[in-house]
This record gives sequence, structure tokens and C-alpha cells, in this order.
Amino acid sequence: MSDIPKADELFKSIDYNPPLSGWMETPVDFSPGHWCYPAKPEKIAYMDKELPGLWGEPRQWLPSDADWKLPPNWRETVVNGFRERLKKFRSLQLFMDICVRCGACADKCHYFIGSGDPKNMPVLRAELMRSVYRGEFTLAGKILSKFTGSRVMEEHVLKEWFIYFYQCTQCRRCSLFCPYGIDTAEMTMMARELMHLVGLNTNWIMEPVSNCNITGNHLGIQPHAFKDIVDFMVDDIEEVTGRRVKAPLNEKGHEILFITPSGDVFADPGIYTFMGYLLLFDYLDLDYTMSTYASEGGNFGSFTNNEVMKKLNAKMYAEAERLGCKWILGGECGHMWRVVHQYMDTMNGDTQWSGMTTPKSPITGTVFNTAAATKMLHITEFTADLIKHNKLKLDPSRNDHLRVTFHDSCNPARGMGLLEEPRYVLKHVCNNFFEMPPATIREQTFCCAGGSGLNTDEIMEIRLRGGLPRGNALRYVQEQHGVNLMACICAIDRATLIPLADYWAPGVTIAGTHELVANALVLEEGEVRTMDMRQEPLPGFEDEEDDWTPPTKEEA
Amino acid sequence: MNALYSLLFVFLLVLIPLFGVDAAHMRTFFGVCIPTTAFIIFIIGFIYKVVTWGRSAVPFRIPTTGGQFQSFDPELFKQNKLDCPQTGAQTFFRMVLEVFAFRSLFRNTAVSLHEGKDHPVVAYKSSKWLWLFAITFHYSFFIIALRHLRLFLEPIPFLPVGALEFVDGILQIGAPVMYLSDLGLVAGVVLLLSRRLINPRINYISYVSDFFPLFLILSIALSGIYMRYYAKVDIIAIKELTMGLVTFHYVVPEAITVSFFVHVFLVSVLMAYFPFSKLMHMPGVFLSPTRNLPNDSRAKHHVNPWNDPNIKAHPYAEYEEEFGVPMAEVGLPLDNPENGVPHDETKA
Repeated sequence: MSDIPKADELFKSIDYNPPLSGWMETPVDFSPGHWCYPAKPEKIAYMDKELPGLWGEPRQWLPSDADWKLPPNWRETVVNGFRERLKKFRSLQLFMDICVRCGACADKCHYFIGSGDPKNMPVLRAELMRSVYRGEFTLAGKILSKFTGSRVMEEHVLKEWFIYFYQCTQCRRCSLFCPYGIDTAEMTMMARELMHLVGLNTNWIMEPVSNCNITGNHLGIQPHAFKDIVDFMVDDIEEVTGRRVKAPLNEKGHEILFITPSGDVFADPGIYTFMGYLLLFDYLDLDYTMSTYASEGGNFGSFTNNEVMKKLNAKMYAEAERLGCKWILGGECGHMWRVVHQYMDTMNGDTQWSGMTTPKSPITGTVFNTAAATKMLHITEFTADLIKHNKLKLDPSRNDHLRVTFHDSCNPARGMGLLEEPRYVLKHVCNNFFEMPPATIREQTFCCAGGSGLNTDEIMEIRLRGGLPRGNALRYVQEQHGVNLMACICAIDRATLIPLADYWAPGVTIAGTHELVANALVLEEGEVRTMDMRQEPLPGFEDEEDDWTPPTKEEA
Repeated sequence: MNALYSLLFVFLLVLIPLFGVDAAHMRTFFGVCIPTTAFIIFIIGFIYKVVTWGRSAVPFRIPTTGGQFQSFDPELFKQNKLDCPQTGAQTFFRMVLEVFAFRSLFRNTAVSLHEGKDHPVVAYKSSKWLWLFAITFHYSFFIIALRHLRLFLEPIPFLPVGALEFVDGILQIGAPVMYLSDLGLVAGVVLLLSRRLINPRINYISYVSDFFPLFLILSIALSGIYMRYYAKVDIIAIKELTMGLVTFHYVVPEAITVSFFVHVFLVSVLMAYFPFSKLMHMPGVFLSPTRNLPNDSRAKHHVNPWNDPNIKAHPYAEYEEEFGVPMAEVGLPLDNPENGVPHDETKA
């Protein structure tokens, strides 16, 4: 982190004027910091055993090396894979043909806004692929290569793909503004599928993928450890609320299976959100179970290829069947919800067991026909319905020390249209809620710059640059309204927004929505809480005797 | 540089009929053969491309949502029916607005960086210039194309062609009637072209194939305007030729002058070029999977034609075999209690 420039220096370095050399002639920077580490060979070897033929030869390599140890037939593999996907995805075929390069998308990408690198303009990012499409598959492109911006697949082209398609978080903000709805996320997904075929991948994606397959969650937490962590959270909840909550795991015969991203089991502030779920469910005496086998909602497979996405997703229905659950409740997660909403039923719907039913809240009786096919409900829909029916006793003043804004996570916003439910929940559990500027929220929301498997520290400068639009909007409400907490509904957000806020809007903390729900939830008449879910004293309950101060970084 | 190449191309294209008709006297060739061939290339190429798209699968519903979806409680959470359609009818209206009003482009914003008082500021402002240029250009082009139908239809239907001409020429400036669409087309092309030349970012992403159609369309417009307002070509003779084309009774009247052949040749080039170029965004906009699908994949089952049923989750049984012992130790329930017994004990 030490060689990362200070925020104002970084800001001054942004130049939106393109270089003098044409984009095809402009060399790519392969120095460390511009890429994520490639996958460990054993992870690839494992996945190749599970889903053969999609990964290339497992090997040690580094993007900074001249030789990437590509397989001898790599060119054929990529070009044939490209041809195959043009038939399998109309989106790809169409988006290759119809872009007019109007540039409406150019300044919509957070990476472009924070870097000024023209190859981060969505139009040019996609041209990295389109140029090859024209050069390899179209007559005009073959004859008039220079005039139509065509080129054939060569090693330097593939290397350029690796850098820039791992600098796209598939947030789809560009797609919203494109007059034809061209979705760079689709192209990034295809480019990554093709790169995986010849063994170009990143460990930050492949290790979670193989972990999810083996242990059920991306961190590789084994079932007994998972239980230990959950027990630990149960203790903490008792510490805060005096209530010993149930936390059922792998139990058969419950109505609801609850699945949330495992990031919330692992690190704060996610764990507070997880504690929020546990407290809420216990308060409702909900007939539910969690599972260690399906202990991951996040689907890292969607960052690799369709096959893995399907395989990892399939666990949810498989576990619902084994445990005999009727429907699935899903926690706060971004890309998990894009997969659940747009892909799950199409991929795995026919593996649902016959006992599954359209989600129906056992508390309010509301039937959620919006989820009639997937049988999977978003937690903010569930909670919003509870609040609407007055089923929760809430004391929002417990969150009065917080001045809250809401970060729309890209996938639920632009991939689902889930915008109002989390706001509704937040406004009922806290008294001070403020929106960031309109061009940065709801469907126009900006990415945390760590989505799609990019939330790794080796590209921290890229992430911080990409975080400029979100960070700057946050800084704005921090100054205008004294905002000191940004709530979100995505586990990757909860991990990546912390360094982003520290850098661009220091002093703002990050929380999941259900952490604030748990703070406000009045468990019984006259219940007094002296601390919040983070075990920090609520205003008026600070211990005057307590002169403990947090250790500085040097001491720690 | 790319713009210069394109300009040069179009100049050469103008020279071809000038030379061909005036010097080489190939009147039938330029009046009948070229336009007919170009039209055939246009139709076949257009259909071929659209069929290619159509044959490509739409495995998943991936609409980009631009507003609140239809929630469990439509009154509490009002659905944005146009930007997040959930039914066929809503999707249809989204597409109508997209195709006829360029709605996505209307949303456009421009980003700018500022040095704030003590920290940087990223600002966004609505930017409708591209929308305005594009809509001026496209509607003018569309109206002009419709107006040209009078050359191919006998009798000319008052609706829409005659009425259109009346409205289009409502600002009567001199004689013949000055059409607003002629102005709009030239203005639209010039503005789009200037944008490509002046805006450094747009210039950076522009190829010859981006400038060429603009110059070509500009030259078509200018040659048409020249014929109508300055050369005052013999419109009766031209109608004889065009009616001949559609009824397959080919005639090339002597009264037709060279400016017409230039105009027709440029239009022919545009038609022949169309299916191989980005101009195919015209049919393409209707097929875009992020816009033309309802956002209902959580509520309704859809089928992916190449979904592979053999891809299955890592089986729970294997998971329990692997982790059964520690699971048993912490009291997690097991399907098969034997998995909870350490290996050396089972052996013993």
C-alpha cells in the first residue's frame, strides 16, 4: 500500500485526453500492480478434474513474464471458442456487430473516470474483442482490416485482453447508457471464458471457485469451523442483547433454507450483518436452517464460465432437496443475486425438488409471486414485508449515532431492479438517512471497483482509482450531512468499500443493512441496549472509566 | 487521418458516375444495373445478418434494469414499468421508446473533474447533445426516405407520403418548397461529424468505417439538394426511370442529367455497404437482449437450449465423506453416521 499515491495526487494524475498513439499501437503496462496473480496450478488441476476441458494446462506463470506458457494450439482454441460462443449467445453476436462507437458509454465506467485510460472506456474495452471478431469472422474486416479497426488474434492481443477484461467489474453501468443496450459485462464474461480455455486466470477467482466446490464456501471454511464461527457469533449476540439465539445448521425438516455469502461469516463488518440475520430469525422464531454444504451465496463461477456458474449454483437446490426445505431465503449479496435472478431458474430450475413452493412469509402470509420460479427470496423483500405488516418492534433511535447513506450494489440495481426495498428497511431502522447525488445511486449506481473477482490487494491502486466516483459521492454526503456510515446489500461491497472509504472519504464506516436492523430490533418490552452489534457503546452508555484507546498501526 | 481517408473515398465515389455517365455514356449501367444490384445486395445482406442473429441463442434473460422492479407489493414499491418491464406489453413500450425516442441516449450524462475547496470533486451533468444530434439526423433521414416513396408509387398515397411532404415543407421558403428534413439531415450529419472530429475521446475511437458513412450520407444529401434546388432536374423523367425500376420495365430517359446519376450511385453505395457495416444497428436495436426481454426470470421459467443437464453440484455424499469426522465432533447432523467415525476406528 505504501507506494500508492495520496488521494489528491492520484486525482491530479487523471487525464481524460487520449494518448497520441492509436489504441492498437499503445503498449500495455504489464508491471506488477496491473494484474491479479494467476491461479495456483493445483486449483486449476482440481477444477479440470471436476469440469474437464475448460481450463488449459495448469502451470506457473506471471503476466510480467514475456512467456505466458500458452499451449501450442492456443490461437485455434481461442478463435474456435469465440466462434462457438457467437452461436450460443445472441448478446455476443449482436454486440459485436452493432456498436456505432458513439461514445455514450465512454465516461460511464468507474475505471475510466478514475484512470483516464482510454482502454477503460467500455467502447474500447469491447473493441479489444470486436477488432478480433472483425478480423477473424467478417469479410469486410478481413479485406479492409485497417479501415474497419480489425486485427487477428495474436499473443499481444490476448495479453491485452487479460489486463483489461480483468479490469471490468461487470457492473453494467455502461449498458444503461448505451442506445442499444450493449452490455460490456456480457463481453467480459465471454472474454474470460475464452481466456480460461487457454489457462489465463486469476487466483482470486479460481481459489474461491475450487473452495466453493469442495467446502461449499469460497473461503474454504470446513463445516466444523463454520459451526465454530457461527457459535462465536451467537455468543456475541448474547453479549449485546442478552438473548441466546438459535443458529440451526444442516438440520432437516425446516421450511426455509437460508443462504448468504460466506464473506459475512468471515470478516467484519459482514459478521455483524450475519448476526443481524440470526437475531431477526430468532426474534421471529422462523422455521429455518442454514447449511455448511451450501454455505455460499456468492457465485465465483460467474466470473469464469457458464459451466462453473451452473455447477456452484446447483448446490442451492440440491441442499434444499436434501434438507426438505420448501423455499430459499437469500442474504445480502451482489453477484449472487444477479445469478439467482437472471440465471438460476434457467440453469437449474428443473433440478428443484417437488416439495418446493413459492416463497410465503410464515409471519405475514404474504406470497411472493415475484419469486415463483426460483423459489428464492431476497432478505430485504422479506424484511420490508415484515415492517409493512408491523411485525417488528423497532427503535430506530438506537441508530441515532449513525448518519446513514445507501450504496446500491450494481447487480441488484441493474440486474434485478431491487432499489426501494432496502431503502424502505433502512428508513425504518434509522432516523438519519441521506441519499448520495442522483447520478451515483439507484440504476446509475457506481461500482465498489472490486466486483467480479477483483477485490484483491495486488491491484489496490486500480481499485482505488475505480473507487473514485463512489468515494467522491460519499465524501459529498459526508460533508453535506455528516454521513458516517454507508449501508449496502453486498458482501463484496462490505469488503471493498472499506479501503475505498478510508481513501476517498475517511471516517465513513460500512455496514450491511441487517446490521442496522439488528441494532434497532426491540426483542422484548422495555429492552435496554447499551451497545450496538459491534459491541461499541450506544450514546449515553459510554463507560467513563474506560480509557482504552485503539492501538495505532505501529503498535499493532 | 481516418476522416481524410473517408473524405477521399467519397470524392472518388462521386467521380465514378461523373466519368461513367458523361465520358463513357454508361447511362443504363448507372441508372439501372448499379441501383438494382445494390438493392439486391442490401436486401440479401440485411436478411442474412438478421437471420444470423436470430439463429444465435438467447440462453438467459439479461435485461439491464433502469428502475424499480415489480415487487411483492406494487403499491408500496412502485414498479418503473418502462425501464424495468415485467410483461410483454411493458417491454414493447420500452422498445418503442428506445427505437422512436432514443430513451437510453436521452439519459446521457457527462462527467467532469474539479478541484474542490479542499478535495477533488467529480461532477455529472445531463448531456443531451448526442441525443439531439442523433434524433435530428435519424428522423430527417427517415422522413426523406419516406418522401422518396412518391417516386416509386403510382398513385401517390396522400397518407403518409403526401401529408408528410406538406408538413415537411410547411416553412415555405422560395420555390421549390424548402424541406425541413433536408436541413435537418445536413445539420445532423455535420454535427455528428464535428463531434467525431473535435471530441478527442470520440476521435480516438473512430475508424475510417465510422467517418465513411457520415461523409457518404452527407454527399447524398448535398447531391439531392443540388438536384432539387439548383440543377432543377426533370422530375417527370426521373419518375419514369424509378417506376421502370419497380415494374421491371427499364427506361433511362434522355432528359435525366448527370447530377441524378451521382445521387443514385452514392445511394447505391450506401445500400451495398449497409449490411456489412455498423449501420446494421438499425435492425440490431430491436434484437438487443438487454432491452427486449421482460425482467421476469425469477417469476417464470425460461429455457436455455444448450443447458447441460450433466453439470451437477458436487454431491453432498462426497462432502460428508470428506468432512464427516469433524462434523460429527461438533455435533453437525450426518446423513450417514459411518462418515462420522474416524478411519482407523472403522478398520479396527
